[in-house]
Amino acid sequence: MIQVLFFAQVRELLGTAKLELSAEGITTAESLRAALAAKDDKWAKVMSSDKLLVAINQTMSQWDASVVDGDEVAFFPPVTGG
Amino acid sequence: MVEKTKVVVQTADFDVTEEYRQLASDNSDGAVVTFVGKVRDFNDGNPVTDLTLEHYPGMTEAVLTQLAQQANERWPLNYVTIIHRVGTMSLGEQIVFIGVTSAHRKAAFAACEFLIDFLKTKAPFWKLEAGTEGSHWVDARDSDEQAAKMWQKD
Repeated sequence: MIQVLFFAQVRELLGTAKLELSAEGITTAESLRAALAAKDDKWAKVMSSDKLLVAINQTMSQWDASVVDGDEVAFFPPVTGG
Repeated sequence: MVEKTKVVVQTADFDVTEEYRQLASDNSDGAVVTFVGKVRDFNDGNPVTDLTLEHYPGMTEAVLTQLAQQANERWPLNYVTIIHRVGTMSLGEQIVFIGVTSAHRKAAFAACEFLIDFLKTKAPFWKLEAGTEGSHWVDARDSDEQAAKMWQKD
């Protein structure tokens, strides 16, 4: 399974903070994004944002980075701390 | 042995005097530079009443520790302290503390600015601003991204 986390407005728009997804068919962050976007229109809209960022196992990653069973993948908007 | 790098994410406020005292305890350091970020009353023309900071527990601490390491590799630093608060903060409250010590001021000034510039663009924190017009998530600023990029040029 892949642990998927959502933060800030991404979490708020989806109404979900975390979920578990089978790793079957998931190879990269992009393919995970596509699998989530396929859920419904709301997910498609949020997951297609060009500002969306992804972290794999708590490290900021590129969309072509590989995702394997047991990974923790987080989706979030640009950061605004400080 | 006292830990040279301190990274803390907490809901409670921090005491600048106490943090300064800890940073300034080594007489081989000739310079202590500190930065405090606060909740400002206006953002993009909208009055702000309070701010809620969300973060990604675990990743936040890891990123801040990596930033402190990068600063240490780049400048001859001694102590580095990074404290960032999460949760809801009122107008005027302290949000973030960065403290850096070095033998000389130039390294301490540069490292402190580097740390806040990178924290703003790399550490997974998000601000939800509440004001008279309701609440909204703060947009990332291009100017913050540019500030962080400046450090990558040399």
